[in-house]
Amino acid sequence: MRADLELIHGWVPEGARVLDLGCGDGTLLDALSRDKQVTGYGLEIDPDGLTACVARGVNVIEQNLDEGLANFDDNAYDLVIMTQALQALRRPDLMLDEMLRVAGECIITFPNFAYWRHRLYLGFKGYMPVSKSLPHAWYDTPNIHLSTFNDFERLCRDKGLTITDQAVGNGEHEAHWSSRLWPNLFGETAIFRVSRAGDA
Amino acid sequence: MPELASDSVGVVAPQTAHFDDPLALACGKTLPSYTLVYETYGTLNADGTNAVLICHALSGHHHAAGRHHQDDRKPGWWDAHIGPGKSIDTNRFFVVSLNNLGGCHGSTGPLSINPETGRPWGPDFPMMTVSDWVHSQARLADRLGIERFAAVVGGSLGGMQVMQWALDYPERIAHAAVIAATPRLSAQNIAFNEVARQAIRSDPDFHDGWYGEHGTLPRRGLKLARMVGHITYLSETAMGSKFGRDLRQDLGYGYEVEFQVESYLRHQGDTFSESFDANTYLLMTKALDYFDPAAPHGGDLAAALAPAQCPFLVVSFSTDWRFPPWRSRELVDALVRADKPVSYANIDSPHGHDAFLLPEPRYQAVFAGFMARVARDQQLEGS
Repeated sequence: MRADLELIHGWVPEGARVLDLGCGDGTLLDALSRDKQVTGYGLEIDPDGLTACVARGVNVIEQNLDEGLANFDDNAYDLVIMTQALQALRRPDLMLDEMLRVAGECIITFPNFAYWRHRLYLGFKGYMPVSKSLPHAWYDTPNIHLSTFNDFERLCRDKGLTITDQAVGNGEHEAHWSSRLWPNLFGETAIFRVSRAGDA
Repeated sequence: MPELASDSVGVVAPQTAHFDDPLALACGKTLPSYTLVYETYGTLNADGTNAVLICHALSGHHHAAGRHHQDDRKPGWWDAHIGPGKSIDTNRFFVVSLNNLGGCHGSTGPLSINPETGRPWGPDFPMMTVSDWVHSQARLADRLGIERFAAVVGGSLGGMQVMQWALDYPERIAHAAVIAATPRLSAQNIAFNEVARQAIRSDPDFHDGWYGEHGTLPRRGLKLARMVGHITYLSETAMGSKFGRDLRQDLGYGYEVEFQVESYLRHQGDTFSESFDANTYLLMTKALDYFDPAAPHGGDLAAALAPAQCPFLVVSFSTDWRFPPWRSRELVDALVRADKPVSYANIDSPHGHDAFLLPEPRYQAVFAGFMARVARDQQLEGS
């Protein structure tokens, strides 16, 4: 399992009711249902990911996240997870509101644009960074809202949300002391666990 | 003699099952006895855990796969999806496909003899509902030694029967696949059905449904009904790419067939009006109109779905305007609200409602993936 998924797997409580937005091939939900009796649904629009979910018995619904989560009731879930999708949404801020409407807590991961390699790439080469975590060219990338670890922290603060946990992954997403100390510089992937104000 | 393809179930023969225990119907009447005609493909395993029921749509029947003889021109109506190695893999599953009551392909219906009068039922044949069909299908399952279906599968009106199975016999259905269906018809759907019914009923040859006794057939009415229906099965795109504005002959500035699409529709209507019973068509459209499992729950579909226990697969097609994707979404959203296991795929296809009958790679991948999961859940060999 991808390292950010591994970390999230550890954070999810037993028996939680979960929505996984952009669930890919269902690896995380599958593991969570087997290991932790988690129930819920994945949302996905990629045909291959969706088919893989159906085949492995993960509940998956073909739904475009940019259309919101209106079909899910307030507080219907314990937790909403969204890995590596925030940066591809039209309005990440509105999605954050939606996620914390249907659940009291959410876990979000996204590529940290302030990662030192990206800074060097842009600073010295003068081109938009292309890396393992940002593999696309500027003109065909689905990542239309790149942000940094600090940006997301500020958005949460502005919205009055509580960050209950945060972590980063570097290269292979292993934890390293430098990225724990300076996450905005040394973290390649930003991982946040956020709850509504007062819910923490 | 042409060899049948290796992924065909081969040459198949219909079977019949007769039932003498009366069937109470939703309309208040009772069928004292009845016959169901059906086909099976594959082999029922010793534990009876690999049975799949196929439910047919408006003009469907029991002949879903294979051919009736070696040089049969056309295979069964769902041959693209049933056979060795296909989505419903007959190497794994025992497939049961029947003609519903009220049909005109061998099961008891308007063409059958009414035991009370000794003459054909005709328009006196009781109105059928989706629930009535499901009850009769359950009796066929009893007869075949199937306690619980590994999956019940159907498209369009067939998908409605699948939903009803999950509500009426939750303990007898392990998985449900609802394809190109809707939890209830819209006003527009009912309107199209009513046009079809009026076309039939206003045909002078209809004789209030007693055309058999008059030695006639309401061909013109049934033809019109089929032409209207057929338009709703195809997408604008599909019709456009198939016919465009192509002409059959130079414009004659009259009402003879000029455009290819006219010729096609007339041909479809003519063929259908010779092979399908008008009374059956009428009652099948009524069964469609009546279907509304949410109605007894004040329109709350999620509440209606409470008894369902099995995982669902719901599939819609992007250009289906008869039962568009959002009609499938109504079912999906209600299942989610009711906290039921469900997966949903909206398949990109140019073929409109008819797409559910056709092979399309992504549709096949999702369908086959779901059926592989069914096999695994049922612990079938080789899964």
